[in-house]
Amino acid sequence: MVENILELSHITKRFPGVVANDDISLGIRKGEIHALVGENGSGKSTLMSIVYGLYQADAGEIIFKGVPVRIGDPRTAIELGLGMVFQHFMLVDTLTVTENVILHAEPHNWGFVDYKRAVSGVEELATAYGLRVDARARVADISVGQEQRVEILKALYRQAEVLILDEPTAVLTPQETEELFQVMNNLREQGTTIVFITHKIKEVLTISDRVSVLRRGKLVGTRNTAETGQRELAEMMVGREVLLRVKKEPAKPAETVVSVAGLQVRDRRGMPAVKDVSLELRRGEVLGIAGVEGNGQQELVEAITGLTTPDTGQVLLRGEPIQALSPMKIKRRGVSYIPEDRHKRGLILEYSVADNLILGLHSDPPFVERYLFRNERQIKAHAARLVESYDVRPPNPDQIIRTLSGGNQQKVVVAREFSRSPEFLVCSQPTRGLDIGAIEFIHQEIIRQRDQGTGVLLVSAELDEILSLSDRIAVMFDGRIVAVLSIDEADEQRLGYLMLGGDPQQAAGEIESGVTAK
Amino acid sequence: MWWEYITYFINATVLAAALRMATPLIFASMGGIFSERSGVINIGLEGMMLTGAFMGMLVTFYTNNPWIGLMGALLSGGIVGMVHAVAAVRYKVDQVVSGTAINIFAVGFTVFMLRTIFDVAGTSPAVPRIRTVALPIVRHIPVVGEIIGYQNPMVYMALILVVVVHIFLFHTVWGLRLRSVGEHPKAADTVGINVFLTRYVAVITSGALAGLGGAYLSIAHLSRFGDEMTAGRGFIALAAMIFGKWTPFGALGAALLFGFADAVQMRLQEVGIPRHFVQMIPYILTMVALAGFIGRATPPKSIGKPYEKE
Repeated sequence: MVENILELSHITKRFPGVVANDDISLGIRKGEIHALVGENGSGKSTLMSIVYGLYQADAGEIIFKGVPVRIGDPRTAIELGLGMVFQHFMLVDTLTVTENVILHAEPHNWGFVDYKRAVSGVEELATAYGLRVDARARVADISVGQEQRVEILKALYRQAEVLILDEPTAVLTPQETEELFQVMNNLREQGTTIVFITHKIKEVLTISDRVSVLRRGKLVGTRNTAETGQRELAEMMVGREVLLRVKKEPAKPAETVVSVAGLQVRDRRGMPAVKDVSLELRRGEVLGIAGVEGNGQQELVEAITGLTTPDTGQVLLRGEPIQALSPMKIKRRGVSYIPEDRHKRGLILEYSVADNLILGLHSDPPFVERYLFRNERQIKAHAARLVESYDVRPPNPDQIIRTLSGGNQQKVVVAREFSRSPEFLVCSQPTRGLDIGAIEFIHQEIIRQRDQGTGVLLVSAELDEILSLSDRIAVMFDGRIVAVLSIDEADEQRLGYLMLGGDPQQAAGEIESGVTAK
Repeated sequence: MWWEYITYFINATVLAAALRMATPLIFASMGGIFSERSGVINIGLEGMMLTGAFMGMLVTFYTNNPWIGLMGALLSGGIVGMVHAVAAVRYKVDQVVSGTAINIFAVGFTVFMLRTIFDVAGTSPAVPRIRTVALPIVRHIPVVGEIIGYQNPMVYMALILVVVVHIFLFHTVWGLRLRSVGEHPKAADTVGINVFLTRYVAVITSGALAGLGGAYLSIAHLSRFGDEMTAGRGFIALAAMIFGKWTPFGALGAALLFGFADAVQMRLQEVGIPRHFVQMIPYILTMVALAGFIGRATPPKSIGKPYEKE
C-alpha cells in the first residue's frame, strides 16, 4: 500500500456560471511526480489553488499526511509544507534573488536581515538541487528560466514537501525545459513530491510517474504514465479522438509572393531589434519563424504588417514595396494578420462577435452604405456565416466577445482574417494559450489556407507548432535570421540549438556526424 | 568678485537656515516614503502636516509643554493617516482623491477649530516652543559648528530619522516586507505577508511623521499656529521624496536643496530675482526628475493600486 501524502476528497468549487471543480477525488503519493493535465478551463489550476489556499472549496476535504486540514490561505499551506510555483511568477523585480527567496522567512538578528547567511543558505539550496541562479542578482536582470528557479527555491526554502508547478514549461525554451526536468528528477530523488500541471502530453510522458486528467471540472481518470500513451491521454482530455499532427500533403510552392530585403527595425526603446533580415515567401507554403521570444520576431511582424516603419530595407508584396504604407492599406492589398496578443490587437473585447468580425473591414463595402452608415443586414449575414463555418461557440453574433473562451475568441480572429482569402497571411503565435481542440482546428485552417495558394508566415515560440505546420523554417536569433532549414532538415534539438545562438555550421556538422555514425 | 557673490549666497548662515527650512520637509518626506513604499500614494501629506501643526499647538497650549504638544501632533497626524488608510486600503478609494479630500478637510478643520476654541481668526495665541540647543563640542568646529552646532532639537531629530528610516527600509525584516508589499503585493501575500496590515501601519506612520513636520512649524520654528501655515510644504515634501527616488538619503538631499532655495530667496530678491521664481524650483526639479533626466525615478510598482484578495 503506497502512502498518499496529499488526498483530495470530493472537492467541488463553483464560480458564477460554472462548476470549476466537480466532485474531484485524487490521491498524490509521497515522492511521485504526478501530472495533472486537461485543457484550458478544465479546472486543474483551480484545484491546485484550492490546495494552496487561494480559493476555498465549496465542498470536500483536503487530507494532508492522513490528517484532514483546512487551508484558509497560502500561509497555512506553506506552514503545512506545500509550495506552489505559479504560471505568473510571484517575484519582486526590484529585490535580489535572495531577498525574494527569504521573504517572510528571513534569517535575522533582532530584526536585522542577516543577508550573508541568507545568501549562503540560498546558494547551498540551489547547489543541492542543481538550480543554477545568481543569488545576488536582481530579479529584474535575470531570465525567465532563472526566475522560475527562484520560485522553486522559494518553495524549497520553506521546506515544501509537496511542490505544485503550474504550467512551468509554458515560458521555457526546450533547453530550459530539459533543465527543469532534470531539477524535477533531483527533487524526486531527494523525496519531494511534485504535482505538475500542464496541457502538453509529451511532457507528461517524459517526466511523470502518474497522470490525472481533468475535463470540464471533472476527473476523467488517473493512469500510471508507463501504462498510457499520447493517444489515450489526448482522448481523455478532449473527450473524443484528436489528430495529434496536422494531416497535410507536401507543399506545392508557386511564385514568390513576399520578399523582404535588408530589413532593419528598431524596438520601442529605439534599440535595433531586426538586423538586416531578408526572406522570400512563395504562394502555397508555410514559412515558420522559430526563435526564443524577444529576438526580433515581433518587430519583424510589425514592420511587415505596417505597424512600425523599418529604418531601412524593403518589403515587397508581389513586387511592390509596402513598407511605407499604413496597416489599413497593406490589409487592403490582401494581407491578413493574426496578432500575437488577441486582447491587445486582435479584438475589441467590449464589442460583439459580429462587430469584431468586421474590424478593419468596417469601412469597406458591403459593410458601409451611403458612405457613412453601417449596413446591419450585411454585418449580420457576414457574422452568421462565419460563426457557423468556424464553429464559434456560443453561436451568437451579438455576444460580447469578452465573455467567450480564449479558443473561441481566437476563432473569431481567425475567421475574420482567413475568410478574406488573403494572398499573404501573417500568423503570430496563433494558438497561444489555447487547448488541444482549438489548436487542432486552427492548424487545419492554416494548412487549408496554404493549400489554397496563400503564402503563410508563421511566427511561434512553440517548436511543435513550427515543426508540424512549416514547409521551411527560419531561425531568428538576436534580430537576425541565423539559418533557414527545410522541414526535412529540422528537428527539435537542432532548432533549439540554433534558437539559443548556436553556430549554424556546427549544428549542421553535428547532425551530419550523427548520420555517419549510424 | 565672483567669490564674494558666491559667499553672499552660500555661507554658514544661509546653510543653517537651509537646514531649518528643510526640517519639516524631511519629516514629511520620510512619511511619504513609508506610505508610498507600501504602495499607497500619499498626496495628503499637506493636510496631515497642517493637522499636526494645529494639534501640536493646541496640546502645547493646554499642557504648556511643547514636547507633549509634539506627541499630540504625532498622534493626530497618525489619526489622519488612519483615515487615509481606511479609505485607500479598506474601501479602495482612489488614493489621489482621498489624499486631496484630506488636504481640503484639514484646511477647513484647522480654521474652524481655531475660531471655535480661541475665538480668533488667522493666528493662534503664542505657546511655548521647543527651544534651540547648542551642541557641546560640535559648536566649536569652524563652519560646521556654525551650520549644525546651534539648531532646534527637531532639526537633529529629522537628521537622525533619515538614518533610522534608511536602516529600517533596507536592513530590517519589516523594511524588506514593506518594500515587497509596495512592489508586488500578491507575491507578498502568497508568502504569507499581511498586505492590508502592512499598508495600514505604513500609512499611519506616514501621517504621524508628517504631523511632526507640521508641528515643527508651529511649536519649534515659530510658537503659534497660523491658518494654512504649511503653505504647500506637504507637496514640496512629496516632490523631495520623488526627486530622491523614494530613498531616505535621496529625499534628504532633495529636502536640503529645496530648503536651501527657500533660504536664499531673500537674498536673491535683493539682486532682483523674484521670490516666485525661486519658489518654482522644487516643482521644476521634480518634473525634471520624473521626466528621467537624472536617472530614472521609478515609483514602487503597485503604487496607487488597491490590493484585492481573490
